[in-house]
Amino acid sequence: MNDPQAVTQQIMQQQLMTIGLAMLAVIIAPFAGGFLAGLDRILTARLQGRKGPPVWQPFYDVFKLLGKNQITASRMQLVWMYAYLAIMVFCLIFIALGLDMLLTVFLLGFAGVCLVLGGFSSKSPYSHFGANRELVQMLAYEPVLLLMALAVYFQNKTFLISRIYDSNEPLMYSMWPIFIALVIIITIKLRKSPFDFSTCHHAHQEIVRGILTEYSGSYYALFMIAEWYEIIILLWLVALFWAVPLWVGVLIALAVYFLEMFIDNIAARMTIGWMVKYSWVAAMVLCMTNLVYLFIKRGVF
Amino acid sequence: MGLIEASRLKSPWILHYDTGSCNGCDIEILACLTPLYDIERFGMVNMGNPKHADVLVCTGALNKRSARVLKNLYEQIPDPKLVMVVGTCAISGGVFHNCYNVAGGADKVIPVDVYVPGCAARPEAIIDGVVKALGRLAELQEVARGKKSA
Ligand code: SF4
Repeated sequence: MNDPQAVTQQIMQQQLMTIGLAMLAVIIAPFAGGFLAGLDRILTARLQGRKGPPVWQPFYDVFKLLGKNQITASRMQLVWMYAYLAIMVFCLIFIALGLDMLLTVFLLGFAGVCLVLGGFSSKSPYSHFGANRELVQMLAYEPVLLLMALAVYFQNKTFLISRIYDSNEPLMYSMWPIFIALVIIITIKLRKSPFDFSTCHHAHQEIVRGILTEYSGSYYALFMIAEWYEIIILLWLVALFWAVPLWVGVLIALAVYFLEMFIDNIAARMTIGWMVKYSWVAAMVLCMTNLVYLFIKRGVF
Repeated sequence: MGLIEASRLKSPWILHYDTGSCNGCDIEILACLTPLYDIERFGMVNMGNPKHADVLVCTGALNKRSARVLKNLYEQIPDPKLVMVVGTCAISGGVFHNCYNVAGGADKVIPVDVYVPGCAARPEAIIDGVVKALGRLAELQEVARGKKSA
């Protein structure tokens, strides 16, 4: 057993396993995300008393878009869209491999920046409007994600996500206020009503299509795929709060997603200033209280 | 039939442009979105952006000012695209056909694939028109594929 060669082999095997799992996550995530988006459309339709499209509608949309002609106003825009998708994929790999939580949050932030820069790189005033609004949205949600990473550090004395998978006490016990804050900001991050400012899923007439106005054909499809990755990443972050038997976490994540859809359907759009106030006051107070509690309970450093 | 070609028939996104309608036809088009007719069943979504649209739905008599806007919108829609005109006005100018500012039907400036008559066209007729348009798209795809293989 103590044979060093056997031990290295075991470690190698374990690493291969995790890498395989991460690859699997990257492949499965868009399908799961698209499926969830389809469920969203059906549920929305049912809540409005309609029949709604088939579950696979988002996939039809993406495949159709992939086959459309390319019309682009600026090259740079496309670079940022590719970057947005690539960083989302990296983010997912980071979470799947159990790497650094702080870095994951930064990557998510950078993905948002890519989208904003993409919006700013065309001359369309609609897309500029959308990009400005996306910036304000980032201002509203980014601090909460950072504080969440910090709280994980206070709790586990490390930023590593793998530690969350290994620990025997769910984060939910000591971090439920941050969980609530996360649920609040997921509405902003998924661009759901009442916070669908930069671009929105339903009322397409509002500032045309916001930040996405200038994307057409397959580049719009790229955005949709990236958005599906984003759904999975955010729900995975939610699931981390109960990672000990992971299926509980998955159930919680699904419940949160359905709650978001429900809020999306019952809420009217608020003003952008209200969003910042709301997220900074409600979510930040929850986060700060939680951090102080963890600080007292655990001590830091 | 390839995945992309099949998907095209299942997800026609609609851009609605009013070239000078009395608003009767527009309201009928919006009625298609309501729970009673629910065209989202067929994957149709009303888009506000020509760059995302597949089907240009045009209502109302074409007047001389809206003609160039219509042409511009048509050019902004990426291929493959379809055009559907709804209502007698959009087909020929209808009751406005001899007015000094009316140029006629939408087909004076852009190629039209499907005509849906009626004043105002009923939602059932409009849905039927979209189905016809998709049938035409399927036909065009067949032809294109035939050319490719030959
Ligand atoms: S066809 Fe009739 S209802 Fe439609 S725009 Fe013309 S006048 Fe109005």
